[in-house]
Amino acid sequence: MAISRRTLVNAAGATALTAGMPLRRAFADGPIKLGAIQDNSGVLDGYGKPMVMATAMAVEEINAAGGLLGRQIELKQYDSQSDIALYTKYAQQLVREDKVDVAHAGITSASREAIRQTFRRANTLYFYNVLYEGGVCDRNCFCTGTTPAQAVEPIIDYAMKKWGNKVYVLAADYNYGQITAKWVAHYVEERKGSVLATNFFPLDVSDFGSTIAKIQDAEPNFVVAALVGGAHMSFFRQWAASGMNKKIPLTSTTFGVGNEHLALSPAEGDGILIAGNYSPELDTPANKKFLAAWAKRYGNAKVVHELAVSQYQGILLWAEGVRRAGSVEHDAVVKALEVGLKIEGPAGTVAVEPKTHHCALDIHLMVVKDQKLTIIDTATQRPPSDTAQYCDLQKNPDDNKQYEVKI
Amino acid sequence: MDYAAIVVLEILYMIAFLALISAGLAIVFGMMRVINLAHGEFVMLGGYATIAAAKAGINIYFAMLVISPIVVGAIGLVVERLIVRFLYGRMIDIMLATWGLSLLLIGLVDLIFGNTAVSVPAPIPGYRIGHYQMGGYNLFVIAVAVLLMSGMWFALRYTRVGLVARGAMQGREVVSALGYNPNTIYMLTFTVGAALSGLAGGVMAPLTGLLPSSGGAYIAKAFITVITGGAAVIAGTLSAAALFGTVDQLVSFASTPVFGEIAMLALALVLLRLMPQGITGQFFRNST
Repeated sequence: MAISRRTLVNAAGATALTAGMPLRRAFADGPIKLGAIQDNSGVLDGYGKPMVMATAMAVEEINAAGGLLGRQIELKQYDSQSDIALYTKYAQQLVREDKVDVAHAGITSASREAIRQTFRRANTLYFYNVLYEGGVCDRNCFCTGTTPAQAVEPIIDYAMKKWGNKVYVLAADYNYGQITAKWVAHYVEERKGSVLATNFFPLDVSDFGSTIAKIQDAEPNFVVAALVGGAHMSFFRQWAASGMNKKIPLTSTTFGVGNEHLALSPAEGDGILIAGNYSPELDTPANKKFLAAWAKRYGNAKVVHELAVSQYQGILLWAEGVRRAGSVEHDAVVKALEVGLKIEGPAGTVAVEPKTHHCALDIHLMVVKDQKLTIIDTATQRPPSDTAQYCDLQKNPDDNKQYEVKI
Repeated sequence: MDYAAIVVLEILYMIAFLALISAGLAIVFGMMRVINLAHGEFVMLGGYATIAAAKAGINIYFAMLVISPIVVGAIGLVVERLIVRFLYGRMIDIMLATWGLSLLLIGLVDLIFGNTAVSVPAPIPGYRIGHYQMGGYNLFVIAVAVLLMSGMWFALRYTRVGLVARGAMQGREVVSALGYNPNTIYMLTFTVGAALSGLAGGVMAPLTGLLPSSGGAYIAKAFITVITGGAAVIAGTLSAAALFGTVDQLVSFASTPVFGEIAMLALALVLLRLMPQGITGQFFRNST
């Protein structure tokens, strides 16, 4: 549905009246603008579509509760169609044309690095709400997803204790996969294990026959898959089709965040070990309320995944920052967040760490069973200690780098 | 030893894959000299036909072996009647028209199915060789490719229809003088080519997810196989598929699938420099 200017004005006027605000004030300030860019189509839409839905829902909820500082939020959502070139284009659009007050944008790490500097130069506050390889140290940017210290180390720790110390790594061939593979090697070697081999795959590779044979030849105790996107789904399918899912345990740093467990049949997905901030099975009042609201808004809540929740939490966190600051102005909001601001989201407490602009999060170790992410262990408020090794924005506020582990 | 068997099976699978996705193009390009840039989209449509039929509860083998070829063959027939038949002999115009067609088909599938990866599980379980486990569906792909290639060879070599088709490609006037209508023959040949592309798409659907843009992944491989193969439809396709499949998999096993593809493309460049008429322009000259 297209929103005509008249309906928008009516809606803005109506809410201003119900909120008891003088009409003139509402018009003088206009709405607060929230920009978002996600892949709502293309190979990455399994990740992006629910994020777009979560964004709309978060904005609607805030508006329905009277908006922020008495002002409504206007959402500028763009579909980057799984195309990096469109990210840079829409990021320019957000900062130059739309002049948004905050941007919640990006899915892949490649997309984040394509737009992060644009927002920094334009002094537009930027939230990246996706699990990633860690290390981004930029005072203009808040990363609310998990990093390897939060979600990769627990997998390695558990898997090495349970299955042994020989590991085979498969990773997507771009910055996320490359750096995550380094962290995997780091954690494995820290525990006196060895990485037998690491194979990288461009996002369009969908034939894993030779790789599956090579894994069997190397005889690892378990496999770590940091694979990304629709084409890489073929690996899990071909792994199960060859019957290997019954022989060598499989773990993944990404599986489930795009609802891969729903795309695979139970026989294909059962037993895969993952770790993350969110499972739809979380038995908390906050999660139940969130899923009920989602089901009410969109019909059913089957598509909800970690990235959608992460995006939702990122927006709530920013909104809380605005309320504390009493302003949408860039530096005021950053300072309000930097006091170690906390919110309660569907996945538990999200607490900003002032030094890194990352968040401490509850981490769950999960196993796929009957197309569900069953929680087997939980660590509350796990800090992003990887990034904290290198990054201190209190001491070096002008830092603008992404740090990687050296091995 | 077991490992060697695995490598050989993966090579056979890659050869079968290349032969399957190239067969339709080999007929349309090799016999009619029509450069069909929408070939990849025909394969993609075959995949979607299979997935849609399987999701509707139809037996998956029936879907891929019967429904996909019929659906895509029918689309090919319409395309030939509406577009291609006006452009025979005008190579550049045909390329342009079929390129436009490929964009149109991608757009239409995008509208109908959405720009989302779809897939069906492979219907055959894994098998073991020594202590290795392999995908059983690969064997099915190999079997389909063998049957298809021998069927095509038999039809072209030993049936009246095949003889007339080959005749029409070589001497349009002669066949015409003998009482056959070359337009009908061209129409049927294009339809059969499209149906074979649909079959390939259907058979490959369970192994890889499908997107409206998936055709792009097939067209480059199909074209280098057919062009490197040269004039003879069966011998050319088979010899080029065998060569590329072997190189691709050997390099993939030695390094990664990425280098496998690079090696395949590099080999195609060298071969076309040495043999501009393709493999069958140099060897097996009198084959089908």
